[in-house]
Amino acid sequence: MTSAPGDVPAIEFRDVVKRFGDNVVLDGLNFSVAQGDRVTLIGPSGSGKTTILRLLMTLEESNGGLILIDGDPYTHEYKGKKWVEIPEKRRRQVRRRVGMVFQQFNLFPNMTVLENIIEAPMHVLGRSRKDAIARAEELLEQVGMTEKRDFRTTELSGGQQQRVAIARALAMDPEILLLDEVTSALDPEIVADVLEVLRDIAKNTDITMLLVTHEMQFAREVSNRVLMFDHGRIIEEAPPEEIFTDPREERTREFLSAVVSN
Amino acid sequence: MSDDLSTVFDRLPRLGESVLVTLELTIGGAILAMVVALVLGFGSRTRTLWVRGPSRVIVEFFRGTSLVVQLFWIFYVLPEFGFKMEALAVGIVALGLNYGAYAAEVVRGSIESVPAGQWEAATALNLGWFHRVRRVIFPQAWVLMIPMLTNLLIQLIKGSALAYYITLHDLNYWTTELRRATNETIFAYTVGLLVYFAISYVLTMLMNWLERRAKRRLGQLPPRGGSLPTVSEALRLKPKDQTEQLAGAVAPGGPSRSKEVSA
Repeated sequence: MTSAPGDVPAIEFRDVVKRFGDNVVLDGLNFSVAQGDRVTLIGPSGSGKTTILRLLMTLEESNGGLILIDGDPYTHEYKGKKWVEIPEKRRRQVRRRVGMVFQQFNLFPNMTVLENIIEAPMHVLGRSRKDAIARAEELLEQVGMTEKRDFRTTELSGGQQQRVAIARALAMDPEILLLDEVTSALDPEIVADVLEVLRDIAKNTDITMLLVTHEMQFAREVSNRVLMFDHGRIIEEAPPEEIFTDPREERTREFLSAVVSN
Repeated sequence: MSDDLSTVFDRLPRLGESVLVTLELTIGGAILAMVVALVLGFGSRTRTLWVRGPSRVIVEFFRGTSLVVQLFWIFYVLPEFGFKMEALAVGIVALGLNYGAYAAEVVRGSIESVPAGQWEAATALNLGWFHRVRRVIFPQAWVLMIPMLTNLLIQLIKGSALAYYITLHDLNYWTTELRRATNETIFAYTVGLLVYFAISYVLTMLMNWLERRAKRRLGQLPPRGGSLPTVSEALRLKPKDQTEQLAGAVAPGGPSRSKEVSA
């Protein structure tokens, strides 16, 4: 079902609608992300950026349209001349390719750092404990948390928790990594550490990344495409060097100057 | 009074038997109640209406009707429909359903108190529903549940005294018999009170231990020696266990109460 990389976009939204009550957050959104792309979503709060990530993680249900991962249906499929929801079992198979890092880390407090990382590889991917630990140690090294291996997550600072959360997401070998304002809950002096870890991942892997962030400098370094959202629509789309230096839209210019002056 | 005491001693073997019946009712009832609570508690928060609806109705029904009437109904009315159970089984079923209905609300409330981010992280790691609950959500909800479940357990012990009315020879029966034998109302019922209290107290201690253990697992109490205590460890090494706990609690962030003890 999956074609060669490059042919089929990693992520495709077709006319996706999302409403919360009367509030239309996404109004027939279309966009796609190529394999290995690093896409930053920017825009004022409430413009639908985070909703896009949550739809991709199946934390929200769409109210219309189609989402495809590597061309595979993720929400609905065309069957017997009508659109039907795909069964949870198949959705899980597709979801396995997607990982997410949250603003609030969401580590499991009833497990140690290592246990947080090996839980899903062992029980979802069926890896042996030994293999899962070996990979976890590799990742802990990568995020600079080797020494905290056996600590409880409650004993860690926010920045440390976020680095563990990144390792936990990577332990599932995702093809697509969603980063939802991963530095927003951190103290300013810790933000740099976490961004350094992400820069490293961006440089050394070919994971498709979709990030929502207010760190414009970071977005500029890491991403190759920036989408500017307003009211659930993409109003401008450009490489970072273009959009940050010379945005076409007045609305983008306003938004960027407001963010930078903060 | 010495006559009374000798009567008590004469009746000690039967006290043992009757305490056993009370314990069987309590523990059997508590286990069934926990199963009922988990099924109905989780049932009450599913999205599927045909699971949620019946769960809510059962909870409201068994919470909203008298335990005595339930007991009598299962004991006297159910046999009319061909379901005859032993008196002990009737007692356990009635207690289990009645307290299970209360505990279902405790389970539901505690599950809902676990931050949504925990469910979301578990989904993001692609854990299945059962795995999510067993490994991530329940251990966190359990800590919140225990104090309220302890309350219900104590009520259940006392509720078990009603089993006397369906011919069971429980502690309540023994107390009444003691009164008949000694003709001393004050004495007999005071002994009864003390024995009930002793049972409740032991079970409360057990629940408190479970609570400390659950909190330690969540890192809400200082860990002891790095590893988690097993049931047998903690029971066998009780005195040592306490000193270690105090030593741990003196560390910054430990409860201030222990500082006085160590000073």
